[in-house]
Amino acid sequence: MEIVCPAGTPAALRAAVKAGAHTVYCGFNDETNARNFPGLNFDRAEMREGVAFAHSHGSKVLVAINTFPRAGDEAIWQSAVSDAESSRADAVILADPGLLDYAARVHPGLRRHLSVQAAAANADVINFYARCFGVKRVVLPRVLSVPEIAAINAETEVETEVFVFGGLCVMAEGRCSLSSYATGRSPNMNGVCSPASHVVYREDDGVLDARLGGYTIHRVGAGESAPYPTLCKGCFNAGDKAGHLFEDPVSLNAEQLIPQLKSAGVTALKIEGRQRSRSYVAQVVRNFRKAVDALAADQPIPKGMLTYLSEGQATTTGAYKKTWR
Amino acid sequence: MNLMPLPPLSLALTTYARKVALSHPGLFRRLGEYSHTRFVLDPTDLPFAICLEPNGGTPSVTVTRGHAEGAARIAGPLAALLGLVHGAFDGDALFFSRDLVIEGETGAALALRNAVDDAELDLFGEISQRSGPFAEPLQHIIAFAERRTGVCLTRPEEIEAW
Repeated sequence: MEIVCPAGTPAALRAAVKAGAHTVYCGFNDETNARNFPGLNFDRAEMREGVAFAHSHGSKVLVAINTFPRAGDEAIWQSAVSDAESSRADAVILADPGLLDYAARVHPGLRRHLSVQAAAANADVINFYARCFGVKRVVLPRVLSVPEIAAINAETEVETEVFVFGGLCVMAEGRCSLSSYATGRSPNMNGVCSPASHVVYREDDGVLDARLGGYTIHRVGAGESAPYPTLCKGCFNAGDKAGHLFEDPVSLNAEQLIPQLKSAGVTALKIEGRQRSRSYVAQVVRNFRKAVDALAADQPIPKGMLTYLSEGQATTTGAYKKTWR
Repeated sequence: MNLMPLPPLSLALTTYARKVALSHPGLFRRLGEYSHTRFVLDPTDLPFAICLEPNGGTPSVTVTRGHAEGAARIAGPLAALLGLVHGAFDGDALFFSRDLVIEGETGAALALRNAVDDAELDLFGEISQRSGPFAEPLQHIIAFAERRTGVCLTRPEEIEAW
């Protein structure tokens, strides 16, 4: 199985490749990708150099251009597709139907993957994207159980890629307005969920407050893990109860489900975390490369030690083993 | 350390920071809109804090005792801060475990963290390389200090696993 690894910087890309990444995904340093954070991402020269480095080590590079273009400013997104191709990237990861149509018409030789931002969660819609825009691979949203993924793979020729590690997003990615509501900046159009410029942490006598856009979204006591600054993982009062209304602040870790995902027909395993350091990238990639190599050799999957790297320092198998409350 | 004269230390760190800026121009370019932000780096186990002003690529460093003003403050044990600079630790993991504290402009702190991570700095390795005939003995001293203290003073060697 193919390991698809995040790289927020050229150094992280090199770290991922050296740690055994089959494929690295990254983005340009603008609003065309969904991790448009300060100090992150690649300018055009860095992208060319990064792709050349990856290719020289036998790895591939996918360029995420997975936000939705603003009407009237499509040229920013279209030039990103053109520059990805001239960087010799192996594929682009797109979400917007208009941009997919542009890429299919103007850059037919550039392989197209469907981003998780498109929230394509059934075989009919996946086959629609394949038929209309020549999409070769779809990144499935993190709402499907393993049997549901197997059912999709049985009805499509499009390759499937699933997340196996990292931060979880609420239900249907690309359709969340929580951060937009609090900050006025859209994850799906500006590429910034909980933009750092709107996040404030304040500690007083060991009590740590996390605020987003002026709203206090979580408060923890001394000795507790620092809260993640997104509304979806916030802690709120509702009626007479306080709790995580949207989702628990835990991180996905599906390393022990890799054999089942392979049996379900999954082609590639995606690691989340372009906003994380090269240290994180190297450790997580090395761990998952060992896991898929063990699987290929009919060996048991080694149990990793990745919990301390997880957001919230706690992990879950997410929807893959679905239990609703 | 309480008696250490701070102006010479500030001058030495400014000189060194400017050499780093020359050898790693991408570091300050990556700061983007925060390339003129005043950062406070606060090793909580030392009796002083370090103020870094990038000045668009001509950085200056001031070491102060007591409270230091800045737009963004990153505080934590010296070992955590040096491990972060050298890419040995993950910044988010240190933050979630509360080994690191970030105050003020989170965007500025994030930009600095990402820029430093990309620069692949090796602070004491670069000092020893510039020490002429003293380079080799200095490397031995640094290696000894790393072993004795467990503090990451140099960039860990990357192993190409595959």
